[in-house]
Amino acid sequence: MPTAPVKFYQVGSFAAGNRLIDPSLRTVQSELTRSNSLTSGHRACQGCGEALGARYVLDAAMRASGGRLVVVNATGCLEVFSTPYPETSWQVAWLHSLFGNAPAAASGVAAALRSQGRTDIRVLAQGGDGGTVDIGLGALSGMFERNDDVLYVCYDNEAYMNTGVQRSGATPPAARTATTETVGPEPGNVFGQGKNLPRIAMAHGIPYVATATVSEVHDLENKVETAMGIHGARYLHVLVPCPLGWAAPTNQTVHLARLAKETGIFPVLEARDGEVTAVSAIRHQVPVEEYLKLQGRYRHLFRPEPRTEVIARIQAAADANIARYGLVSDDATEPPAGGAP
Amino acid sequence: MREQIEGSQAVARAVALCRPQVVCAYPITPQTHIVEALGARVKEGSLAPCQFINVESEFAAMSVSIGASAGGSRAYTATASQGLLFMAEAVYNASGLGLPIVMTVANRAIGAPINIWNDHSDSMALRDAGWVQLFAADNQSAVDLHIQAFRLAEELSVPVMVCVDGFSLTHAVEGIDVPDQESVDSFLPPFVPRQRLDPDEPVTIGAMVGPEAFTEVRYLAHARMRRALDLMPVIAAEFAAAVGRGGGGLVEPYRLEGADLVVVAQGSVIGTLCDAIDELRDEGISVGALAVTVYRPFPVDAVRAALAGARRVVVIDRALATGEGGFLAADVRRAAPAGTPLHGVIAGLGGRPVTRASLRRCLEEASRGLLGELAWLDLDTTLIEKELAGLPGGTDVHAGPHAG
Repeated sequence: MPTAPVKFYQVGSFAAGNRLIDPSLRTVQSELTRSNSLTSGHRACQGCGEALGARYVLDAAMRASGGRLVVVNATGCLEVFSTPYPETSWQVAWLHSLFGNAPAAASGVAAALRSQGRTDIRVLAQGGDGGTVDIGLGALSGMFERNDDVLYVCYDNEAYMNTGVQRSGATPPAARTATTETVGPEPGNVFGQGKNLPRIAMAHGIPYVATATVSEVHDLENKVETAMGIHGARYLHVLVPCPLGWAAPTNQTVHLARLAKETGIFPVLEARDGEVTAVSAIRHQVPVEEYLKLQGRYRHLFRPEPRTEVIARIQAAADANIARYGLVSDDATEPPAGGAP
Repeated sequence: MREQIEGSQAVARAVALCRPQVVCAYPITPQTHIVEALGARVKEGSLAPCQFINVESEFAAMSVSIGASAGGSRAYTATASQGLLFMAEAVYNASGLGLPIVMTVANRAIGAPINIWNDHSDSMALRDAGWVQLFAADNQSAVDLHIQAFRLAEELSVPVMVCVDGFSLTHAVEGIDVPDQESVDSFLPPFVPRQRLDPDEPVTIGAMVGPEAFTEVRYLAHARMRRALDLMPVIAAEFAAAVGRGGGGLVEPYRLEGADLVVVAQGSVIGTLCDAIDELRDEGISVGALAVTVYRPFPVDAVRAALAGARRVVVIDRALATGEGGFLAADVRRAAPAGTPLHGVIAGLGGRPVTRASLRRCLEEASRGLLGELAWLDLDTTLIEKELAGLPGGTDVHAGPHAG
């Protein structure tokens, strides 16, 4: 029987590549033994970046901890879409307390486990950008400062999406939200100082801080594994596009996350004890316009006529990131082994 | 063995005897001595394996307690005043999750104007947060109630707030009998959580509940709380058997036999009140007192029974529902036999001393039927006359910052 050679049309891309690499380097998510910590049946929107990110993060953390994991969740989309009583999508031990207290509740769980001598069990806390950079920042800073043994993961979709897309401290300049409407002389969000939580986390000198996106899932899983190999306070900031809030097609979530990194808008890096130790180099640098124009939240920058000066300010911020972290310089370090290109 | 010790130190010793596994602390006057003492015990190792967490706010103190309790450990914290309000969201969350946390509230006024002294405004603000509230009349009862609080909380899976008057109890040195470890161990078994976060048996705690079951969740919480009224007398009796001394229960009567006038109160004013009653009794006025120990859930039946023979009731509130009157008075009105005249007295706000002389004057007036429905103990009218004149309906009304 004649056979035709299998053609992998996506060789060199990011999807099918998983099947071509050494099994030991494949993603946790591609394995039958994955724990499905956040299992099917939940009510996330189509194309939800946060659900995608949480799956990868938690299954990687479960593998790294040998299944000995307790998860504490802040209020937000991830909590709401996963636990409408009497159903739950969580197949891990899971606690939701409040919007602004996930880091403190996680510190409490870690303290309880210490007091019971159950040192084999690890604690992971997670929340969205609102729960992390705004209402939960005090609790997060306290958890960092005490160096409590908790990995905190922020799924950043750059606004309060659960309540209907309102501005958060992580909303980027010029972006439209329900509280930064595209009206008046300066439509969209203001050009503020921004609240760069990875850098705030680094300023605490905690043992591990990293950023990642849902486009480079090997890198994301590797960072979770690295973080789980360390004790003390650790912080992982994952960019998770939100089709609803960004007004983008639901099939563009991964693409947008990649463009955020490739423009320099979202630097992907690792830091130890407060110092940057590795950055993911930009492979194919693209102008910010390519990223912005795919998203309805930036539509006012292009229609009715282009607001070139605003786009230039966003480009300047991306360029500053590239310069600060050396994202395109020759000596930019490659992502860890198995990391996405 | 009776010793002369400060209330806060006695409470800390009582909590330590309960072998807490996680204690978290944020400083606020007048609670701070309690957690300082517990922190020292953890640091020296005498409370091992207890974890002592210095948190960054009261909101975090309750949140760490929530995590610790959900993680299956016996959790304790203490706060007061602004701190209790700052953690209010987490206070409700702890009871909603059915976590048996025990917390001391060193009762203090709430600002503005800022005031560090004692009244009951803080506990009253959160009286309906789903926590059992116990009020200590003196430091002996503070010690006894803390030990019983852990038992009550863990049997019901309901958090318990032990309310201890700031300064007048927390900083007062009294002769106190702190039980020995053996007695407490025989009374209070190790904490076995109803459910806990465990990878071997993963559960989802804190799910979202919609209209289809929220009422039922609340109904069950209500039913658990009401059980406290049956359970507290049993626990108090077992405590008495274990330590060889009484203390606890729902209410504490004082000279109620044949009393025409019954004064209902809670907290440290009880001691002064009993002295005043002794004097009035000597003068032939038939008056008695009822201390309300369990304030939430409110022991309606026990209070009603105690007031059965009363011809007149006076209720002393150390807090004010602004524009309304007393909190305790409203509850007692519900329990008092229909038609019994009831006088609410607002007393001792923001640390103003409630003296025996003032109480006597007030109760003499009450016994002669001269007290109004709402009275204010020792109100200094010279301080308020000018302002009152400027109120709408007054004679000299201006708007703005210089009003009045």
